[in-house]
Amino acid sequence: MLAFRHAICSVALSNDVSDLGFARIERHENSAMNFFLTIVLDGLIQASWLFIVALGLTLVFGVLKILNIAHGSFYALGAYIAATAVTTVAAHSLPPSAGFVAMLVSVALIASAVGLLLERGLLKMFYGRDEVVLLLVTYAVFLILEDVTKLIWGVNPIYATQPYELFGNVEFAGLYYVGYDLVLIPISAAIGFAVWFGLNRTVTGKIVLAVIHNEEMSVSMGVRVNRVYAVAFAFGVLLASLAGALTAPKISMQPGLSSDVIILSFAIVVIGGLGSVQGAAVGAVLVGLARAASVHLMPQAELFMIYLIMAAVLMFRPEGLFKRETARRI
Amino acid sequence: MKHGGPHPLVMILLVAAVTLFGRVLPTWTLSLATVAASNALIALGIVILARTGNVSFGQGLFYAAGGYGVALIANAWGITDAVAQTMIGAVCGGLLGLAIGPLIARYSGIFFGMLTLALSMVLYGALVKSTVLGGSDGFNVGRPSLFGMIFTDPREADFMLYAVSVITTGLAGIAATILFRSELGLASLAVRENNLRVEYLGISSTRVITINFIIAAIFAGASGAFALMAQRHIDPQFAYWTTSGEFVFVAVLAGYQSVAAVFVASMALELVRSFSNLYLPNTWQLVLGVFLLGVILFLPRGIGSLWIRDRPKRKEPPAAAAITAQKEAAL
Repeated sequence: MLAFRHAICSVALSNDVSDLGFARIERHENSAMNFFLTIVLDGLIQASWLFIVALGLTLVFGVLKILNIAHGSFYALGAYIAATAVTTVAAHSLPPSAGFVAMLVSVALIASAVGLLLERGLLKMFYGRDEVVLLLVTYAVFLILEDVTKLIWGVNPIYATQPYELFGNVEFAGLYYVGYDLVLIPISAAIGFAVWFGLNRTVTGKIVLAVIHNEEMSVSMGVRVNRVYAVAFAFGVLLASLAGALTAPKISMQPGLSSDVIILSFAIVVIGGLGSVQGAAVGAVLVGLARAASVHLMPQAELFMIYLIMAAVLMFRPEGLFKRETARRI
Repeated sequence: MKHGGPHPLVMILLVAAVTLFGRVLPTWTLSLATVAASNALIALGIVILARTGNVSFGQGLFYAAGGYGVALIANAWGITDAVAQTMIGAVCGGLLGLAIGPLIARYSGIFFGMLTLALSMVLYGALVKSTVLGGSDGFNVGRPSLFGMIFTDPREADFMLYAVSVITTGLAGIAATILFRSELGLASLAVRENNLRVEYLGISSTRVITINFIIAAIFAGASGAFALMAQRHIDPQFAYWTTSGEFVFVAVLAGYQSVAAVFVASMALELVRSFSNLYLPNTWQLVLGVFLLGVILFLPRGIGSLWIRDRPKRKEPPAAAAITAQKEAAL
């Protein structure tokens, strides 16, 4: 199993995307079944936080038709805020559970405020322009936020590991997992279900869906589209930052985090279809499994694999796996 | 469609003058101008492609292909000649563009951008993990020569590089001006407006996009060769998406109407970069982002629109015109 150990080490040591919070697993038995299970579980842990990020990206695209390059920056922002919250709580010698709650609350508050502010203060000015122009506007926001995080938190790696021990270690089919990693899976599933339920089973959600499908018609039916835009964007920012906060205890926060995450979430939403919630879920699981599988089987192909899947999906089904073709106007 | 570009001969004289001007420039400006010329070349490719309505977020693919191609050939066969290296870079970029251009030309808008980005990240992912090519650290190459001359004086070497990159970029600019006025260039603008109508008129819009894509790839490859010669080092960062983003930035700054604007934009960007490095270290991207927002907001057609004002403007969008006509009829 030397190759396998090597894989884990290379994941732990390398400084690029691959060390975004892989579970630290200790191998117990060396059976093929366990190996397979490791990949699946590892993939699901990856998929859980990736899904939350991608869900925000796909919702923002669905409602505002903006492919938000700055989405990764909101993930990084959430992670950094969480680190500050956790270390502040730890400095007052409060228990890690207080740190966990503090980080979620502070991130939720700050992220929603930042989202509303950005949409009302900046994005609003560019509505009606070409979608590529809006892409560039978010690119500018990405550049700005990149330096803002550097100015506030510096360029050295920051850690916030206290909540990581919160749920202890769990033995699962002969493998030891960090409980925190496993807890991420139900959290992510709950968020996914809540969003699905909110969109499909509530009046507010139906209004949002109406805006997604036909903005002009919604306006004429009396929907305040501006308000939907602002809320949807803020919610997207909230999801990205929440994912950042949830993964903050697993990773080291440093510059470059945002550009790595946005590229992964682009791959996910493109695979699933831009604007589709189910698509984001399937895309996240595919990318999570692909990452886990290549890390364990062929560490040198990891990044390569994901973008290859993304390129292949774009080539053969540019609308993604989950989007119906729409007629275009001539 | 007027573009206000001067006669090609005037432009050749201008390129010669700018090249000779490098003799009196201080050293720091010289290397700055070299980088600016090199970036202008790749941004020019993006502008050419943008005239078909497609923005490539993955020119880093060809930039890296050119850079790695030149570096590998230089290390394997000892080809250090600057002009030869530029040609090798252009050929590497062009061949790759030829391979993927026809595939990619079927897409438009956001999907085009995403696909180019994905392909450049495929290359990045492969390069980072390839131990033969030095992984994420990359590798070094020797100093370039020119026609058998070896430059030991750093000032002379800098000037040589400046001259080669300015002349190449200048020639590319002249070629682009001619292209813009040609049938293909005008068809590109038509594709941008409405590709289906272009098809109805009997022109293949995928073919138009493919040709423009290959030209952009050739320029990007040559630009990669310049970057390699200037840094004498190459690493996978060449293919990373933020590198491509910076080139798109130059293109947006320039707008798609004028070739000269690309050079001005590229030089402006390099100046802003070096000054903010000097006075506001660690906030260079912040300055860049604010700058970009300002340009999109206040100069939506790029800095080229500052001096090109003779474009016929459409006074009213067709729908508004129809409504006015209706009202008049009702009266």
